Amino acid sequence: MPIALGNQVPNDTSENKLQNTCCHCGEDIGGVQIFIDKKAFCCQGCKMVYEILNANDLANYYQIEQQAGISLKGLKRERYTWLEDEEIVSKLIDFQDDKITKVTFLLPQIHCASCIWLLENLYKLNDGILHSKVNFLKKEAYLTFDNQKVNLRKTVELLALIGYPPSINLNNLEESQKAKATDRTFQYQLGIAGFAFGNIMLLSFPEYLGLADVVFQKWFGYLNLLIALPVLLYSGRDYLQSAWYGLRQSDLNIDVPISLGILTLFGRSAFEVLTHTGAGYFDSLAGLIFFLLIGKWFQQQTYHRLSFERDYKSYFPIAAAVKRNGIEQSVTLNNLNIGDTVIIRHKELIPADGILLRGNARIDYSFVTGESDPVRKTIGDKIFAGGRQVANVIEVTLTKKVSQSYLTQLWNEDAFQKEDSPNASRLANKVGKRFTYFILFIAFATLFYWLPHDTGLAVNAFTAVLIIACPCAVALSIPFTFGNAIRLLAKQNFYLKNTQVIENLSKVDTIIFDKTGTITDASKTDIHYQGEALSDAEKVAIRSLVQQSAHPVSRQIDAYFGKYDIVEVVDFEEITGQGIRGFAKGFFIQIERHKTGTSLQINGNQKGVFTLQNSYRTGLSELISSWRDHYQLYLLSGDNDRERAHLESDFEASNLHFQQSPKDKLEFIQQLQAQGKNVLMLGDGLNDAGALRQSDVGIVIAENTNNFTPACDAVVDAKQFAQLNKFIAFAKGNVKLVYFAYLLAFIYNIIGLSFAVQGLLSPVIAAILMPLSSVTIVAFGVLGSGWLGVRGNKK
Amino acid sequence: MKIIFLLIIVSLFIALGFLAAFFWAVKSGQYDDEYTPSVRMLFDDKPMETPEKKK
Repeated sequence: MPIALGNQVPNDTSENKLQNTCCHCGEDIGGVQIFIDKKAFCCQGCKMVYEILNANDLANYYQIEQQAGISLKGLKRERYTWLEDEEIVSKLIDFQDDKITKVTFLLPQIHCASCIWLLENLYKLNDGILHSKVNFLKKEAYLTFDNQKVNLRKTVELLALIGYPPSINLNNLEESQKAKATDRTFQYQLGIAGFAFGNIMLLSFPEYLGLADVVFQKWFGYLNLLIALPVLLYSGRDYLQSAWYGLRQSDLNIDVPISLGILTLFGRSAFEVLTHTGAGYFDSLAGLIFFLLIGKWFQQQTYHRLSFERDYKSYFPIAAAVKRNGIEQSVTLNNLNIGDTVIIRHKELIPADGILLRGNARIDYSFVTGESDPVRKTIGDKIFAGGRQVANVIEVTLTKKVSQSYLTQLWNEDAFQKEDSPNASRLANKVGKRFTYFILFIAFATLFYWLPHDTGLAVNAFTAVLIIACPCAVALSIPFTFGNAIRLLAKQNFYLKNTQVIENLSKVDTIIFDKTGTITDASKTDIHYQGEALSDAEKVAIRSLVQQSAHPVSRQIDAYFGKYDIVEVVDFEEITGQGIRGFAKGFFIQIERHKTGTSLQINGNQKGVFTLQNSYRTGLSELISSWRDHYQLYLLSGDNDRERAHLESDFEASNLHFQQSPKDKLEFIQQLQAQGKNVLMLGDGLNDAGALRQSDVGIVIAENTNNFTPACDAVVDAKQFAQLNKFIAFAKGNVKLVYFAYLLAFIYNIIGLSFAVQGLLSPVIAAILMPLSSVTIVAFGVLGSGWLGVRGNKK
Repeated sequence: MKIIFLLIIVSLFIALGFLAAFFWAVKSGQYDDEYTPSVRMLFDDKPMETPEKKK
């Protein structure tokens, strides 16, 4: 179960701030007084981790990076009892024999060099851990442990104890084992192409320099053919395959003219070498494939740590506590049956739809429905999956299976069935299609022009046209331009799934906003106090009281009176769903839920009310006003319409839609698309998952990019929300760049074709012209998008 | 002039050696993680005596 942590990036460690921040995690210590070795800590959890590390000679952790630790505040100690279940264990581990077990954990909390150091020194904490290795970018740790000394549960508990709870969820259970094996085919392909390119050029030197030595020319020709064979059949395999699939579906994608060029290059070269009529164009062939693969590699440099494919399975836990025959046992979610009674504790997730059997339910559906307040349920009420229980233990009798629940059913919609191929660029394919017709036309025109005069020359010119017109520059333009753009955007904390997203972004004409968590800051609701003025002593008393409660409103009142001291509280009482009361500093304070907000009574007298207001993200109005003239803007909220009046200043009243279910949102987008709109969806939670998937571009706003985000095309850090208009303008600029690059490629092609149609294309001209055009296109794309990025930042 | 041809053949075999070395490197997983080793090599075996200067 992913656990949201407030602070993962250490705060800045300026000199004077240091005394007030926790020595472990760098959070503000507030009024808390926990000291050890003259070092301050914000909570007992941080202190404990410090003690453990110190006792085990691991204090180095704090010296590699200042305040490297992870705040343990609000972190629930999860009970990993289900990790002793053989079936679950066997699915999680990579390898096991009599002595050792190997396992891979995803540790979302990994964020700095200290993390790597600590996790790779785990053996000092527990001698059962034999070996541990971290992959920082993937945020994974590979552990080997001794079966005799520890088990999986103990290992996970150890990691959780020092602040790195592994993310284990329903998805892990269903992942196939083979997916874990890393695919290194691409590296081999690139290596072979590079090797062949260099060596074929070397072997072609005599040819370039005109050092004609008939015997050697013959043998070098054979060698070239031998070296070029694996390039064609192994390195260039993907292009040939893609072209073949495209042709079978009568779809002329960009790989068709490329494959045509590759095959003609190889065929003609092989013919020349075998008949001793020439040296062939093997150098151009190897160079072409090498450049194409480099482009692919440049484009593929994605951000491992972000997953864009997550569905509810990554959000749901792996097991639930089920009461069978009066005994509590943990059962994996896919083995839960209708009629099972599930025990759900504080902060746990409801795995499937059911009916409340026992206990006080206050369920936070904010992630599922967008409703910002927790919902109260009484015994006999229906409870929907995906909500998080925020009060005490409840028991729920299931009425649906996990995959058939109200929320999870969304994933059965058609929108989730469509598979998109990540590398196929629609723009390139569109161009590729016209290009193919154009080349074929010229090639055949040349063929038929020369045929009556000279058969040999006709074939020569025909193949030369196919070779020189091979749209490698077109194929390279998108990977390099967009690949660089993705990288620049990632530096600004805007992470795109692949280069296709840039094209799609440039076409968007309709933008849909979700409310809760997207345009409002879910973590920050403003609280206001209205009523009689309070004395300092009263404020101290109020803060001391709310300190005792974990309720979100209490936490906010606590923050509101943050600068006041904390004193002892007597007779503290928290009535779930109603409020808190107690004595502090001689005042009897009652803070209760009220129709309009939260009421405050001191010694029985009504003093005032605290009202909560959603806090809109900074820059929202500017963002909307910059978009209003260019896009159609809508707001789809799962919440009620109490903030309609406020939102009408930014949106047209008819474009505001409230109380939208996840399915409503999806259907709303489908309707817009049916009208021919290109829709951009901005969302954040599971309730937007369907809409994000259905939309042309789905962008998730994430407070913390390490936490769960539903499947989408792009993730933007909430801090960069106000920059979104710049990002989209940047994407549009890059698409224009690609069109310019195509123009350049076209000019090169005209030059090349003018040689080719006359039958004058010698291997040397091809060997110069093809890399030259590729290099200029690549340089143009990379420098151009870099310049756009600098210009965009200055604006 | 013949010596050029000989040298080219020799260099081809050297290049094959490098290709084999590259394959071995890929196979042993050296390209699976291109970032962590750059951090790992900076760790000392013994805890540092004085904390690093703050930025």
